[in-house]
Amino acid sequence: MSDKPFRVLPRVTPWNEHFWRGGERGELRFLRCAACRTWVHPPAPVCPSCYGRALAPEAVSGRATVLTYTWNHQPWVPSPDHPYAIAIVEIEEQPGLRLMTNVVRCTPETLRVGLPVRVVFEQHDDVFIPLFEPRSA
Amino acid sequence: MKEILERRAAITGIGQSEVGRRLGREPLALTLDACLAAIADAGLTPAQIDGLATYPGAMGGAPGFTGAGVTEVHDALRLRLDWYSGGIERPGQLGCVIDACAAVACGYARHVLCFRSVWEGTAQGKGGRAGIGVDAGGGGRGFRASGPMMEFTLPFRAYSAANWIAMVAQRHFHEYGTTREQLAQIALNARRNAAGNPNAIYREPLAMEQYLGARMISTPFCLYDCDVPCDGATAMIVSRVDAARDLRRAPLRIEAVGSALRGRPSWDQFDDLTTMALRDAAAMLWERTDLKPADVDVAELYDGFSFIALAWLEALRFCPKGEGGPFIEGGAAIARDGAIPLNTNGGQLSGGRLHGFGFLHEACVQLWGEGGARQVPGGPEVAVAAAGGGPLGGCMLLVRT
Repeated sequence: MSDKPFRVLPRVTPWNEHFWRGGERGELRFLRCAACRTWVHPPAPVCPSCYGRALAPEAVSGRATVLTYTWNHQPWVPSPDHPYAIAIVEIEEQPGLRLMTNVVRCTPETLRVGLPVRVVFEQHDDVFIPLFEPRSA
Repeated sequence: MKEILERRAAITGIGQSEVGRRLGREPLALTLDACLAAIADAGLTPAQIDGLATYPGAMGGAPGFTGAGVTEVHDALRLRLDWYSGGIERPGQLGCVIDACAAVACGYARHVLCFRSVWEGTAQGKGGRAGIGVDAGGGGRGFRASGPMMEFTLPFRAYSAANWIAMVAQRHFHEYGTTREQLAQIALNARRNAAGNPNAIYREPLAMEQYLGARMISTPFCLYDCDVPCDGATAMIVSRVDAARDLRRAPLRIEAVGSALRGRPSWDQFDDLTTMALRDAAAMLWERTDLKPADVDVAELYDGFSFIALAWLEALRFCPKGEGGPFIEGGAAIARDGAIPLNTNGGQLSGGRLHGFGFLHEACVQLWGEGGARQVPGGPEVAVAAAGGGPLGGCMLLVRT
């Protein structure tokens, strides 16, 4: 019996696998521009700041802050763990470097805008889903 | 001096099919009901239609999301077209009407038939509202998400725009102190207005206590913050103004359109998490006219989720940014006799999810003074219709001539 909820998994490609498989090494990785050092998400072949093409995956600290969230109650897919928290978090390394994710190990009483969180990974097949938990946990 | 070429375009006729929760009718039949009604309403015949536009056109996607594409309507009516356009990558559902305005202004066509057709009520059956991608691979098993909308949402169990827009609403609540009691007014106002719309899905009164006691969908949204899937089709004719003068109706001239998206085209990466693409579309609309928000007599603003209508109210500057909550509190400002009558047919929340086109249809009804029990008093002359949330947003300002 797995304690992991059902998830629709992403199609992993050579261009996004640094993101979806970085968790195998415990790393949250984004593309970063070698020229101007901008972090880029979602993955793209051109830097949106300087239009340089030398982008390579690099790990961030995994620390982030909750920008906003919602508690999903609707059983789009049946699961015993409703409601669960969906959030948009901002990665510490760069303002505007954001990710939609789930915040785990939190309650409606503890989840709030501005909550400091850190990445944890949930493995499904060949994919490591980056989730976040309160840094106080 | 900027040329505002959409002023060469006017709406000359509207049509709507039967609308219902689950009609069980062939979607193309509903579509043609609306199209033929709009053509007749303008005083035209199908032989005079030389342009055709729709959103989103033929595609897969959620069950019932599209009832017919350009090709089916083109062929069914044996139209002889000089210009046609269908597709989903455009500034919201009304984007295809905005394109039609450009087409007639450029002389590609004289009379463009625009339509939007849905049969989500029948297609989704009794199984409840579908999440995106959930059914795409036999219950989801084995299906892999890809593409900008799904890859970074579905793996996080964010299956619906309800989740994505709820997070924008939550950020608005956080920054501006907006409350559920305030947001409720969008739903309560829609239900009051739906009582005057014989085609509306939900017409019985809705009280604040019912709203606050309803089951949650995705906080802060409860059931009544989400629009109701239905079956129905809506159509209108966009004519070149010099071809519109001798038709059956007084043309409704297009004063200005808004189609801008100046931030990132994304549900979660937009720069300001308290608003959406509609911010830019609304800004563009006011950049193209000397009219002001105070000149608008009636507003038909997309309410696929209640918060989207609040965001449109702010973006269109009916109230200052962030003050949408206090503005709608109590409901007086948006009532039929208020400062800016909103969603006079019940919107999508109570009228049914006709997906964008219902707002433009109702704007025309009001300007032509045919609202019956729900007619805004005083003979409204200027109306704004707006559709879309998230990365979708398009709006139009109409003036009765």
